[in-house]
Amino acid sequence: MSMDIIENILFATIRTGTPLLLVALGAMISERSGVLNLGQEGMILVGAVCAFIGAYTTDSLLIGVASGLASGALFSLIFAVIAISLVSSQIATGLALTIFGTGLSAFLGVDYVGLSIDGLDEQPIPLLHSIPLIGKAFFAQDLLVYGAFILFASIYYVMSRTRLGLIIRAVGEAPAVAHSMGYRVILVRYATVMFGGAMAGLGGAYLSLAYTPMWTEGMSAGRGWIALALVVFASWRTERVLIGAWLFAFASILHLVLQGFGYDISPNLLAMLPYLATIIALVMMMQRAGTAQLAPRSLGQPYYPQN
Amino acid sequence: MKAPTLISLGLSAALALSSPLHAAEDPLKVGFVYVSPIGDAGWTYMHDRARKIVDKEFGDRVETTYVESVSEGSDSQRVIRNLSANGHDLIFTTSFGYMNPTLRVARQFPNVRYEHATGYKTAENVGNYQARAYQGRYLAGMAAGAMTETDTIGYVAGFPIPEVLRGINAFTLGVREVNPDASVRVSWINSWHDPAKERESAASLIRQDADVLTMHADSPAVVQAAQDEGVYGIGYNSNMKSYGPDAHLTSVMMHWEPIYQEKIQAVLNDSWEPESIWYGLSEGVVKMAPMHPDIPEAVVERINTHRDALINGDREVFQGPINNQDGEEIVAKGDALKDQQLLEINWYVEGIEGKLPN
Repeated sequence: MSMDIIENILFATIRTGTPLLLVALGAMISERSGVLNLGQEGMILVGAVCAFIGAYTTDSLLIGVASGLASGALFSLIFAVIAISLVSSQIATGLALTIFGTGLSAFLGVDYVGLSIDGLDEQPIPLLHSIPLIGKAFFAQDLLVYGAFILFASIYYVMSRTRLGLIIRAVGEAPAVAHSMGYRVILVRYATVMFGGAMAGLGGAYLSLAYTPMWTEGMSAGRGWIALALVVFASWRTERVLIGAWLFAFASILHLVLQGFGYDISPNLLAMLPYLATIIALVMMMQRAGTAQLAPRSLGQPYYPQN
Repeated sequence: MKAPTLISLGLSAALALSSPLHAAEDPLKVGFVYVSPIGDAGWTYMHDRARKIVDKEFGDRVETTYVESVSEGSDSQRVIRNLSANGHDLIFTTSFGYMNPTLRVARQFPNVRYEHATGYKTAENVGNYQARAYQGRYLAGMAAGAMTETDTIGYVAGFPIPEVLRGINAFTLGVREVNPDASVRVSWINSWHDPAKERESAASLIRQDADVLTMHADSPAVVQAAQDEGVYGIGYNSNMKSYGPDAHLTSVMMHWEPIYQEKIQAVLNDSWEPESIWYGLSEGVVKMAPMHPDIPEAVVERINTHRDALINGDREVFQGPINNQDGEEIVAKGDALKDQQLLEINWYVEGIEGKLPN
């Protein structure tokens, strides 16, 4: 394989991994605070359709991205009210959110199917993009990919180095303790869920504005579920989410590229690779971690505020 | 559905059966079951377009209903049963995976007629219909073969089932008809609807030198990718020009309305029979979208000549000599593949790169 091809595989990997990375980071944050939101797929679709409508009607990609973010956050508010304030089952509410989001996005998007916009262009960064092998992958992408890098770095910093990160983790590990120390558990959870919604909306915006600049129903094609699996794969650690998203993207790109070269490997087997990798990584991690708890301790459990 | 409704439906169905006069006054109720959302392009869109045409044409005599996004399997069986129970006289089930559900429901409703698209089983009250899309694929392949400069053409495909393989093979035969040096690279994405994956697959084929692309998947993402990357693209199912105004060479379009007209008319005339029909260019079920102005006049003429020959039966797409991928002769000169062989096709013709997944 020539350098050129490897360069292209890396480029495609980063691009394919971006929506997964955005959604998974958002899901991770809300899970770190103890809220499991299975509504990712619905939030991506709502974000994707609103981003497309915003960009199409105003002719501004910036407004498109903003609509994706805002609609994802607003949509997740439904989940937050039902699952956090009304303490209903997070699992059921999340599933309902996915079903609702799939239908709502189809309904909102009816008049926008078949329209096209000029999507986000690649913006190569001078000098850096000509670094051999990795230059193109990291420095010749569109703005949303750079945005995802920055978001990743910020989240990594916040979760590992700041008080805010500690508060979020405390709320997820022991909400009663956090509450008794004066932190507002409900407020924190609302914030993390809406942050997750905004990230899923942004992931959707990436799909409908940059990756395939159009709207079609169900265009997320299961990425929300993959993102949820990635969070588990990453054992709720920011840097592992990044690795997981790229690994998954790499395996799915390899599946497409190797076929083209006529390698005698069954495409079905290749299509299986990302999932296989996830399972293997999971098993290895569980063995290393032994009995240590990987998931946030209060994950999925509603919190009843006490006085 | 609540029990009282069911009972009343059962009663009305019984009434409808017992009085033949009833049928003459009421419109014929025709139901359609779609596998995906209707949308603005693609497979289901063309079925629904045909439904609207017949609905308008038959006016008061026919009343149509549809259910969209019905997943194949048990979900579809429930939907088909519901349609049957609430008084539909003829039901079109428009996806391969509805075959067995349709047959199962049909046994319980002997007075309802069913037409299943792209399957191969019939019953006393179940017929099936197909489009010879491969004829269009062949003509599209000729356009692709003439326009490629790299002699590499990319094909993004869903699943390796006979319907798809028939299209790939016919397309390749068309390519080689005008350009024996060109080859077709197939990229399997194992999905019917994943725009991002279709797009990435297209990009990957372009990186491997393909300068004309086509696909067998639901979304127009491949034509869009061709537009963005400055290569040519060929659409499928519906006219996909709007997704790539500069890239769009042509589209192979499916117009189901001749079949729907014929079948509805047959039920109205009481002459409906459970048969397998396979219509193509001749019946106007398969059509080509207008050709890109970049395609040289001589090529367009040649395509038209072949189209006319296919229409009046002077030639067939799969007429010998045809070699398989390994260069072995499968169809001898003077022979052609029979319909049954086409329905079961599970091999690649010469000119396709890569191995057929199995």
